[in-house]
Amino acid sequence: MIRDITLGQYYPGQSAVHRLDARTKIVATLVYIAALFVVNNFWGFLIAAAVLFTVIGISRVPLKFIFRGLTAVFLIIAFTFIINLFMVDGRVLWEWKFLSITYEGVRRACFMAVRLVLLIIGSSMMTLTTKPIELTDGLEKLLKPLSKIGVPSHEIALMMTIALRFIPTLMEETDKIIKAQQARGADFESGNLLQRAKALIPILIPLFISSFRIAQDLALAMEARCYHGGEGRTRMNQIRFHRGDAIAAVLVFAFLGVIIASRWI
Amino acid sequence: MSIEVKDLKYIYSPDMPGETTALDGVSFDVTEPSVIGIIGQTGSGKSTLLQHLNGLIKPTSGEIYIDGECITGEKKNLTDVRRKIGLVFQYPEYQLFEETVAKDVAFGPKNLGADEEDIDRRVRHALELVGLDYDEVAEMSPFELSGGMKRRAAIAGVLAMEPSILMLDEPMAGLDPQAHRDMLGLIKRVQQEMNSIILFVSHNMGDVAELSDRLLVMNKGRIVMDDGPHEIFKRRDELSDMGLSVPPIAEIAQKISDKHKDFESNPLTIGELADDIKEYRKTNR
Repeated sequence: MIRDITLGQYYPGQSAVHRLDARTKIVATLVYIAALFVVNNFWGFLIAAAVLFTVIGISRVPLKFIFRGLTAVFLIIAFTFIINLFMVDGRVLWEWKFLSITYEGVRRACFMAVRLVLLIIGSSMMTLTTKPIELTDGLEKLLKPLSKIGVPSHEIALMMTIALRFIPTLMEETDKIIKAQQARGADFESGNLLQRAKALIPILIPLFISSFRIAQDLALAMEARCYHGGEGRTRMNQIRFHRGDAIAAVLVFAFLGVIIASRWI
Repeated sequence: MSIEVKDLKYIYSPDMPGETTALDGVSFDVTEPSVIGIIGQTGSGKSTLLQHLNGLIKPTSGEIYIDGECITGEKKNLTDVRRKIGLVFQYPEYQLFEETVAKDVAFGPKNLGADEEDIDRRVRHALELVGLDYDEVAEMSPFELSGGMKRRAAIAGVLAMEPSILMLDEPMAGLDPQAHRDMLGLIKRVQQEMNSIILFVSHNMGDVAELSDRLLVMNKGRIVMDDGPHEIFKRRDELSDMGLSVPPIAEIAQKISDKHKDFESNPLTIGELADDIKEYRKTNR
């Protein structure tokens, strides 16, 4: 069950999207997210969706794989939809006691839901097509200028690398502990909320302990290999921009222009 | 008691990148009390098989019967299955969580709905069975124990459920020589006491030779050999092709027969080799 979460997972491939420089993809994703907030009508979303699906097509990541990641955040989308549906004032379409649905509410709810879906798929396209290591390397390079004003760009990137690296490890660990406690007859599926919360203790305590153990081992292993921070550190894989990145950059800014123009449709 | 496994198949993350067949048509049955060793390279499906037998994983296809009862069907009450079959995971000391050793060992029986008095009896008995002194450790935090003791306390947690079939996944991994010997003794003691089926996975051929009445050799998700340890350790070339080996004592016997062509021995323990050498010297005086 834990394995099924695809949000933030990498889908191995060799497509043009995969080959883009991580920095290009990070900036493009940020521009895309910003663009989604610039949009003020459904035409804008139509353009954004068309662009997104073109990118998915080029990347050859199966749609099934992408939507499986979406199911994990389905609750959040449903929640925003319902809240918006009932909370907006305007022309009343339907009324029952204190609840009312307005024309504006329906519009806003659909609007927000579409924005959220595009937002999630858009940003997961970045993680699906970029190896976590490339992603953090790219981020470190992007943040480098900020280190002049005291932003610890290397440390931030390292923390992200470690966090990403240990997601699967901790998931595996959790899976193992859950199974081990189930084998001792633990029941996580029945009982009221309080009982269920209490049933998590036998999972959380061993998980905490192993996280500390893993962290300590990692720190020792890094020190044993003379890690001393980012100063003067060189990389094995130098990242460079290619022709594809230039094309992508032009396309991204063209897209932003179209989206801004779409406000006046 | 009996275990019957029929054509078990299991595929990890189907339809995803990284789809792997972990079990590819596994069948075997165990009908009488015995110690069964399972050997095979890392990734050959040993742990996956044990987890299936405890109902922790649902097979992609195939059936498992415990005491003639199918545990792979729909809506099976798995607590009943886990009452019958105890599974000790690899590095079980990492699942300890309670404030005291006694409470931790009591976790299993409590989940099974045993009453206070019964739980107390089970905890005492289980701790005694794994060779820990109740009065000494009961009120200690499990995290204060040494590595080997932690592991024994964790095994006691499973034994306290009083299963009729016990499965252990690499129970000796990472133990120092003394704790290793203790663990061998523990398994033998449990077998004598429970007179039941014990399945264990190990990479140590010496342990496997010493403990097992029967061996299952797994390779790439299949059981490729299923026989007594004497018969299996005769097939050293086949084992070597699968990345496995024979017990050190069998290596020694092989070295001797390389020098003395007419010496023949297929020992599992030092005692057996000594007897064969004595016999050989008598006839070749």
